[in-house]
Amino acid sequence: MISGRAWVFGDNINTDLIAPARLLRRPVAEFSKFCMEPVMPAFAAEVKPGDVVVGGLNFGCGSSREQAPEAIKYLGVAAVVAKSFARTFYRNSMNIGLPAIVCADAGSIPQGARLRISLEKGVVEDLDGGKSYPCQAVPPHLMAMLNDGGLVEHLEKRLRAGVPGANQP
Amino acid sequence: MPQTLAQKLIAKAAGRTGVEPDEIVTCRVDLAMMHDLQGPRRVGPMLQKLGAPIWDLDRLVVVSDHFAPAIDTDAAGILDLTRKWAKANGIRHFYDMQGISHVLLTERGHLRPGMFFVGGDSHTPTGGAVGAFAIGVGSTEMCGVIVTGEIWVRVPRSIRINWKGKVGRGVAGKDMVLKQCGLLSMEDCDYRVIEYRGDAIAALPMGERMTLCNMSPELGAKTSVIPPDQTTVDYLAQRGVKVEDAGRWHSDADAEYERTLDLDASALQPQISAPGSPSHSADTGNYQNVAIDQAYIGACTGAKLSDLHMAAEVVRGRRVAPGVRFLIAPASQQTTATAASDGTLATLTEAGAILLPTGCGACAGMGAGTLAAGEVCIASSARNYRGRMGDNTSEVYLGSAYSVAAAAIAGKIVDPREMLQ
Repeated sequence: MISGRAWVFGDNINTDLIAPARLLRRPVAEFSKFCMEPVMPAFAAEVKPGDVVVGGLNFGCGSSREQAPEAIKYLGVAAVVAKSFARTFYRNSMNIGLPAIVCADAGSIPQGARLRISLEKGVVEDLDGGKSYPCQAVPPHLMAMLNDGGLVEHLEKRLRAGVPGANQP
Repeated sequence: MPQTLAQKLIAKAAGRTGVEPDEIVTCRVDLAMMHDLQGPRRVGPMLQKLGAPIWDLDRLVVVSDHFAPAIDTDAAGILDLTRKWAKANGIRHFYDMQGISHVLLTERGHLRPGMFFVGGDSHTPTGGAVGAFAIGVGSTEMCGVIVTGEIWVRVPRSIRINWKGKVGRGVAGKDMVLKQCGLLSMEDCDYRVIEYRGDAIAALPMGERMTLCNMSPELGAKTSVIPPDQTTVDYLAQRGVKVEDAGRWHSDADAEYERTLDLDASALQPQISAPGSPSHSADTGNYQNVAIDQAYIGACTGAKLSDLHMAAEVVRGRRVAPGVRFLIAPASQQTTATAASDGTLATLTEAGAILLPTGCGACAGMGAGTLAAGEVCIASSARNYRGRMGDNTSEVYLGSAYSVAAAAIAGKIVDPREMLQ
């Protein structure tokens, strides 16, 4: 179960806003301080562990840089919920163990709402507003990967167990 | 079931006779590429943790392009790490500062029709220009590919774009793709494959086809494909690649497309995309007279030999406007060498252009040509998101190499056709 406050962003949040390329030569502890700076300057400093990033359409568009979900995860965010994701962000986020959840009603979630998310049930609950929003179920092969902590951990487990085709769904 | 080209490419990699949209399949990877920004410095430690060998050294290409050449000690360290990693791991295809990966892969004959290609960069779809299925991934995904030689994909639906007619003088492939960015929302193309067809596409040289496919992520598409034809076969033959099955990589006549869009190339005007997003594209007239500080011809999108030729055509016998910096970072070392021997570089530098090293450079604000607060740039690159090329308050307009060169001469955005009379 994931629970935390919602940090709500608009449509088409791109990877240059999430993790500016000019800072990617530095470690995550440094570039994550500038996460979302142009659109929400207070975000990186004020987000709390367990909080949830809520996006609109096409969240994470642009670059395939994994440092985008990495910055969000490093700041303690427990999940990203959006109306839709750019595909590279979606896969990158899941691969590093940060759940990316597609929720058609993400636009109805108010800024700062206390959220509770169940990946298994596929539901986002707004505890303040007393509403609950259905989400797309996470495909089983990705759920297994998330439960292991990400793709590297998942591969490690499967390689150790001698599973052929360790990257298969 | 009749298959689109994208379905055929996925089916071949999955060892199947056909695949259905939305099914999840596992594909064997024919070629993988990673670069200095997302490659060894990130993937190396993961591989070490897994203790697994590289699945196939003949199928992996490593390129240093993002930090090349080093502009500070951080960048120098990353380039050094990449070199040492390539040596320690016996990498057979390592290009150190020879150009931008997406251009190198076709230029050096690594890509061919029918391939399933995974690259650790969002502009990987450039490879669709030769009739390959080319997709961009992140570092962890790349680690999975390097260990297993496989990747799972959800089979995308295809959108067919027919470009009919003939583009006018001073109008380029870049204008075609910017036009699409203005017409289609990223939701329209989300996770779709764009298949380019029509006589205007058939008439495009390979460099221009690469520009079209390159900007797939700006459209929100998974990738783009252009069915291979004689242009493809001849281009690859010049690079020592013999293609015998080009005819196999075409969609079935009755294949299903989610939608088909007919666009008229002969009516297309030069396009400019205003700061913030490539989707802010419109006819040049809408942005006429916007004053610029810098004109930048660079990146995988807009600094191939064909782009340099366009720029030279515009600036021949003219001078860059006072107070404007006209920077040119050719997309590869071969591009620089050819442009030097055919006189293009002389034409450009005589007009006042400043030649920069080959590499990803200022496109992502990482190399020479980064913008200061409030500066305005017109660039032949793919992205103009806020802060993309430097300070958060700098602004980037996108256009073809014709449009960038014309703006360099005029000191403001103008219709490049005025200079091609």
